[in-house]
Amino acid sequence: MAAESPDHLADPGKLGYSIRRHLHERFIEVLLFLSAVLSVAIMLAILAMLLKESAVFFQHVSLWDFLTDTQWTPLFDDAHYGILPLVAGTIVSSLIALLVALPLGTIIAIYLSEFAPFTVREISKPFLELLGGIPTVVYGYFALLFVTPMLQIFFPELPGFSLLSAGLVMGIMIIPYVSSMTEDAMRAVPMNLREGSYAMGATRLQTAIRVVMPAAFSGIAAAYILGISRAVGETMVVAIAAGMQPNLTWNPMEPAATITAYIVQVSLGDLPHGSIGYQTIFAAGLTLLILTLIFNIIGHLLRKRYREIY
Amino acid sequence: MMQIDQEAVSEQIQYKSEVKNLNFFYGNFNALKNINMVLHDKKITALIGPSGCGKSTFLRCFNRMHDLYPGNRYQGEIMLHPDNVNILAQNVDPIEVRMRISMVFQKPNPFPKSIYENVAYGLRVRGIKQRAILDESVELALRNSALWDEVKDRQHDLAFNLSGGQQQRLCIARALATDPEILLFDEPTSALDPIATASIEELITDLKNKVTILIVTHNMQQAARVSDYTAYMYLGELIEFNVTDTIFIKPKNKQTEDYITGRFG
Repeated sequence: MAAESPDHLADPGKLGYSIRRHLHERFIEVLLFLSAVLSVAIMLAILAMLLKESAVFFQHVSLWDFLTDTQWTPLFDDAHYGILPLVAGTIVSSLIALLVALPLGTIIAIYLSEFAPFTVREISKPFLELLGGIPTVVYGYFALLFVTPMLQIFFPELPGFSLLSAGLVMGIMIIPYVSSMTEDAMRAVPMNLREGSYAMGATRLQTAIRVVMPAAFSGIAAAYILGISRAVGETMVVAIAAGMQPNLTWNPMEPAATITAYIVQVSLGDLPHGSIGYQTIFAAGLTLLILTLIFNIIGHLLRKRYREIY
Repeated sequence: MMQIDQEAVSEQIQYKSEVKNLNFFYGNFNALKNINMVLHDKKITALIGPSGCGKSTFLRCFNRMHDLYPGNRYQGEIMLHPDNVNILAQNVDPIEVRMRISMVFQKPNPFPKSIYENVAYGLRVRGIKQRAILDESVELALRNSALWDEVKDRQHDLAFNLSGGQQQRLCIARALATDPEILLFDEPTSALDPIATASIEELITDLKNKVTILIVTHNMQQAARVSDYTAYMYLGELIEFNVTDTIFIKPKNKQTEDYITGRFG
């Protein structure tokens, strides 16, 4: 084992084994493994904490009440613990956001990937990505102080807080995520597929919609799923602009609270640790986690079903 | 007077296309230099020459493929008959050119669709929706590309499930479905094994008399086997163009002879 230097390979008859190289490789491998483990460990820790704290909550409130009660008033004397109002608020605001973000994000991606000249693309893409860098609290006040008054011109009966305003701004906020990932997926489609389509006499739009998008389906699905997860999990915009009143409604013109907005509200308040009111945020958090998990699983299945085949 | 007109007419019937003083530029690079050539109607013309000689560049002028990329410029004329129109003219829409001049690529490039939809693609982009017309055209194209018997029971399977040779025949079916006047082949067998190559060559030979064919090939034997006319290109210039037998047996140009006999290239 005298052969410490890799140079030993150059000497005939000395084919051996370098301990130093071996240890070095092992060290790197362990380091990489630990980094990979870390993210999984954090995820499991969060899940464990949510489950543990939620268990305390569910000792006081039955799962049935939690899922079927139509009121969410944990902080009142007459306490009700129905998650439905918060789920409804989350779904309505997310739907509005997605109605804005998915079509617009897709159209922008089609333009940038298939139509825009090189310089336009190189200039506009960083600007678009800058939109994603604006702090969400800024978007929140943008919704409350600009978009809501604008909407009130058209809908005078619109209250100062509404799911509509929050959802619209949240949609604008998500556009860059959707468009950027969708565009990357479309750009990754090999040129020979496009040429095949053009050679058949197709226009740019026909090529984009009939050939490039189906070929990029799995990447586009990933972009949409990310957009959905962002919308469902978004906190600041809805906390600021949608009002924080749990309100079982499917009407976007009303104020309502989402799951995330409620968690912020409680965390900011002075509820004693360990009280049932305090425990509610863990049950709400668990619900949110399950919701996002469902979307991620759907996305995963979609991607497996339609994986990229060029 | 009458006699002259007659001659002009018969000449036009004989030629599907005439290339006159064609120059092509990638930016400032003069990739095709002053090319003059003809495509005989319903005959197979082969383009041969060493890599980088401009044969694919030349082929892709015929369906204005170069228009897809910025900085490309054509000079000169490619006349399409019987219209007697220069397809390179500014006022000619490349999409209309491509609707009449179809192309098959080097690497099979089926779309991420079913076999049926791949063949129907050209008809669909032309706005044809009637099921009966689509069905009929797809079947005819698949029969003409010798693929019908193999795929008739699974037309709605994904095209990617076909073998490489089948995929290339599918691409030929796709190009045939729109009934093109000229069919361009850009080294259609270079990605295929010898058996698939043989079937594609047989297919190309069968297509003669139905459509005018221009084929780029690296394979000298292939050019000799399938083509009626052969053009030898070198460094962007057309060195020699003649009946295939003459080119291969008694080339007039020393350079052509060297290339064909394998002494060069």
